[in-house]
Amino acid sequence: MPMISIRNINKWYGAHFQALKDCTTSVEAGEVVVVCGPSGSGKSTLIKTINALEPIQGGEIVVDGVEVTSPKTNLPKLRARVGMVFQHFELFPHLRITDNLCLGQQKVLGRSREEAMAKAMSLLERVGLKDHAEKYPGQLSGGQQQRVAIARALVMDPVCMLFDEPTSALDPEMINEVLDVMVELAKEGMTMMVVTHEMGFARKVAHRVIFMDSGEIVEDALKEEFFAHPRSERARLFLSKILQH
Amino acid sequence: MSVFSDFDFNIIARSLPYLFREGMTFTLTLTAIATIGGVLLGTLIAMARLSSLPVLPAIAASYVNVMRALPLVLVIFLFYFLMPYIGQWILHTDRPITVGALSSTIITFTLFEAAYFSEIMRAGIQSIPRGQVAAGYAIGLTYSQMMRYVVLPQAFRNMLPVIFTQMIVLFQDTSLVYVLSITDFLGAASKVGQRDGRLTEMYVFAAVVYFIISLTASTLVKRLQARIAIAR
Repeated sequence: MPMISIRNINKWYGAHFQALKDCTTSVEAGEVVVVCGPSGSGKSTLIKTINALEPIQGGEIVVDGVEVTSPKTNLPKLRARVGMVFQHFELFPHLRITDNLCLGQQKVLGRSREEAMAKAMSLLERVGLKDHAEKYPGQLSGGQQQRVAIARALVMDPVCMLFDEPTSALDPEMINEVLDVMVELAKEGMTMMVVTHEMGFARKVAHRVIFMDSGEIVEDALKEEFFAHPRSERARLFLSKILQH
Repeated sequence: MSVFSDFDFNIIARSLPYLFREGMTFTLTLTAIATIGGVLLGTLIAMARLSSLPVLPAIAASYVNVMRALPLVLVIFLFYFLMPYIGQWILHTDRPITVGALSSTIITFTLFEAAYFSEIMRAGIQSIPRGQVAAGYAIGLTYSQMMRYVVLPQAFRNMLPVIFTQMIVLFQDTSLVYVLSITDFLGAASKVGQRDGRLTEMYVFAAVVYFIISLTASTLVKRLQARIAIAR
């Protein structure tokens, strides 16, 4: 059974704009899938439906055996098991880095303060930010904040990780420090779905690439195949634009 | 002969203990209780107004609109005369219950100020980016946890200067309790003035005291505002 399975999902904004059109795909445990496509193609919307941050009007999503779309599903419980990293980091600015990392552990997982702190410090060490533990998010650079955000997701021991354009709000010199953490995570076998324009990252660690346009999954192929022989004209056009520099 | 020769300013010195120990203590207590109660209740009203549940936002909005459409003096009277009957209805007693002027004003001011504080808190909650809400949900927080640990602390901090400014207005408005013959600071000054026929002196003094306290407080709020702006 796949870790994430998305079947025929549809989403409308209002009555006229269809953001997702009959999208179907799946992500196996340990697989790294990159989602790319022009802006407005629905890739961020797609990834946010997986932990129900975006509701859908039709179709079915199952994550680690839990039906996301069922009204009976305990959404907070499900979301606690799915890590998410946002484009604009979304650290809690009024809390210290350690408290950003402990909040979910203590309030959702019911861990003790000591347990949560130990976990937080070990993950901060892993993303190379142990020395900044007592600072506030505003005192860190964008790259550092995004690494904290990854750590905040990882302290919850997620079964999979969702990344929504994790590097697109960063200054160029900070992109690599974030990608390095993600590459390492991928190599450790974390199941990952990553919306990104970083084709270097896709080439290095992705197993599959999903290409979206106008709310549709246009292409869903193995990485080698996607880069060497994109089947659709739209994907060819997109790749030529994004790779010409 | 100076224009002030008819005035007796010694009366102020003589009545200081009464004015402050009785009057100002009441004024400050009412201000503090109504602010705390008003912010707490106002926050709940703001959350009701912003909720996606049916009916609730409409009820909250009506409450705010009614309170803001009525003069405070009228509300003070209205509640003072109505509360015994409301109490009778809620507690199912045989006759209207006794509600003292003091409890009546505390309840009135809290309910009245809640309408104003709810608008402040609503603006505060709406000032928090949607991404913060999403991030709260994404780590598994429930709606109430997300509000309590993520949105409300930030909203409250952002709105602190406005809350204090409203509190200064409230501090001045508490003087309206004189209509129920309660001895607040202005009421105490009035009583002394009437007893000794020195109303002018007492009102001038009261004006100076209100002015100094309000001005000092609003200067402090401006400093606080600057500090919050830097911290952001």
